[in-house]
Amino acid sequence: MSQFAINLLFVGASFALYIGIAIWARAGSTKDFYVAGGGVHPITNGMATAADWMSAASFISMAGLLASGGYANSTFLMGWTGGYVILAMLLAPYLRKFGKFTVPDFIGDRFYSNTARLVAVICLIVASITYVIGQMTGAGVAFSRFLEVSNTWGIWIAAFIVFLYAVFGGMKGITYTQVAQYIVLIIAYTIPAVFISLELTGNPIPGLGLFSTHTESGVPLLAKLDDVINALGFRDYTADVDNKLNMVLFTMSLMVGTAGLPHVIIRFFTVPKVADARWSAGWALVFIALLYLTAPAVGSMARLNLMTTVYPDMAGQVENYDEAATSPILYEDRPEWVRTWEETGLITYTDKNNDGRIQVYNDSNEAFADTAEQRGWEGSELDVNNDILVLANPEIANLPSWVIGLIAAGGIAAALSTAAGLLLAISSAVSHDLIKTMINPRITEKGEMLAARISMAGAILLATYLGLNPPGFAAQTVALAFGIAGASLFPVLMMGIFSKRMNNVGAVAGMLSGLVATLLYIFTYLGWFFIPGTNTLANTPDNWILGISPLSFGAVGAMINFAVAFSVSSVTKAPPQEIQDLVESVRYPKGAGMAVDH
Amino acid sequence: MADDKSNAAAYWSANVRLITGCLIVWALVSYGCAILLRPLLAGIPVGGTDLGFWFAQQGSILTFIGIIFFYAWKMNRLDKKFDLGE
Repeated sequence: MSQFAINLLFVGASFALYIGIAIWARAGSTKDFYVAGGGVHPITNGMATAADWMSAASFISMAGLLASGGYANSTFLMGWTGGYVILAMLLAPYLRKFGKFTVPDFIGDRFYSNTARLVAVICLIVASITYVIGQMTGAGVAFSRFLEVSNTWGIWIAAFIVFLYAVFGGMKGITYTQVAQYIVLIIAYTIPAVFISLELTGNPIPGLGLFSTHTESGVPLLAKLDDVINALGFRDYTADVDNKLNMVLFTMSLMVGTAGLPHVIIRFFTVPKVADARWSAGWALVFIALLYLTAPAVGSMARLNLMTTVYPDMAGQVENYDEAATSPILYEDRPEWVRTWEETGLITYTDKNNDGRIQVYNDSNEAFADTAEQRGWEGSELDVNNDILVLANPEIANLPSWVIGLIAAGGIAAALSTAAGLLLAISSAVSHDLIKTMINPRITEKGEMLAARISMAGAILLATYLGLNPPGFAAQTVALAFGIAGASLFPVLMMGIFSKRMNNVGAVAGMLSGLVATLLYIFTYLGWFFIPGTNTLANTPDNWILGISPLSFGAVGAMINFAVAFSVSSVTKAPPQEIQDLVESVRYPKGAGMAVDH
Repeated sequence: MADDKSNAAAYWSANVRLITGCLIVWALVSYGCAILLRPLLAGIPVGGTDLGFWFAQQGSILTFIGIIFFYAWKMNRLDKKFDLGE
């Protein structure tokens, strides 16, 4: 059977499973649609949350980011997991007790203001749509690589599949589909990692292999990796960073962004009890950690594998790295997987010094330029796209072709599950918060569900359109989604629970100032409304205020939000007694029913 | 009613104390050991690198899981103790 047929079989079988589940768990009521009937077991919910959370970015990109950035990119690992600690202690149990369907519901009711509700809806929609675009693009790339269709077709196929199960299934369908998707994606991620870890360190658990001895050379794996890339002019993989302020703020932005992203928060409305919301956050993190503890191993081992493939003399015990670096492989002798990926254009080779060999090194390192010249190198010749690491892993490790099919299914599952969760958050904000609560309170349950489905279809079309014509800012959009959610929604949700004194004016002022400050900072460096070339200042560390990158600004935006909200609230009228009673009641689990409609 | 109120207030302040403690540990492992205090931990070797690196890539995640389960377990006991559970 050809690789294409195997990919088709795996992707097709996993789709049949998801669609089957979506039909089996079809939503019959608005409650089924929004919160899965409110009867989801905490472990099941944890697994679904994990699939919801781990997108194409986690599955496909993160290992590549770790491989290229080493220690400095640990921020992604800590930021995307540490947010669950805040979620479990500061938001999830109380929002579950509050017992409504959506995030704007809480903000609108708690701050007794439809303005606050509207601002929350806007923040939610902007954050979610920007995030969906990335997922559509990711799914499109995965489809086009494995199904051998054009990127455009890949995105349309992804849109169609998401439409089918998200629109017909609602939350109930999504919950059980996401459980299936989690299982597919974790198996797909782990199997190649286990084999690679065994091959390099003899340890079957990749997370432990990372800190074990590299079998071939007899030195610790990470020390070996440092030696190898050091001889090629790269920074040590484990090297410390100088700009610690930026590292702290970036980690914090990812954490508050995680806690403020509405599609993750609404998952906690689906469990039966307040106590379950707490357990559920823990289980979600356990399931996420299974991938996140493997990712750094995948990244570092893939980097080592790539380097020792190019420089075979560096693989074993090396006396003199300078000497080992002088004999990279001949281009003709490159392994099969390099050839297949060259066809996709994601690996490119240019023989700059015409010696027929492949030289890979850090040609932007000025201190290394002399060494490179002595070796007769005229620039790094192999350009490898970071994003292919996970997808190419089975090929690098010479694993059987069914593992490649499995990886294809896993990558697509990761992108689709997140897209579906985000679309649900968008549709409930439109149909429930905008139409039912603010425009037409007398709408029937059937009418509301129809509006939800129409808005979901509209959001899919918009995201597909933007995915087809990407404005060229995939990484920035994801950061923007985190920045917006972290700087606007997270602080007001937290103050709504922990401060009885916080009033409507304070909350609206806080949300708007956090949002605007974050957007201004991002636009200044990345272009106004992301139009390339319109940025006021070049996006370089020298221009950043206090060395804070635009990606890290979400944390500062959140602090501005808190500060403005508290100052404005302290000089305006305290909230009415019934609101203070409401805050009181969300703090205690007693008397929590199922999540209810108005 | 007055008893209910002071009972509820005691429950809430116990919860806030617990959260504060958990957040201190949370910040200590991530912002502390993994980032700011890494130079101080550089002398402690872990599999080819140092303890700070381990915290950044694995230790903090494992601690996060521990914190959430500890909090959930402790809160369940508080719910019962103050009779405010479901």
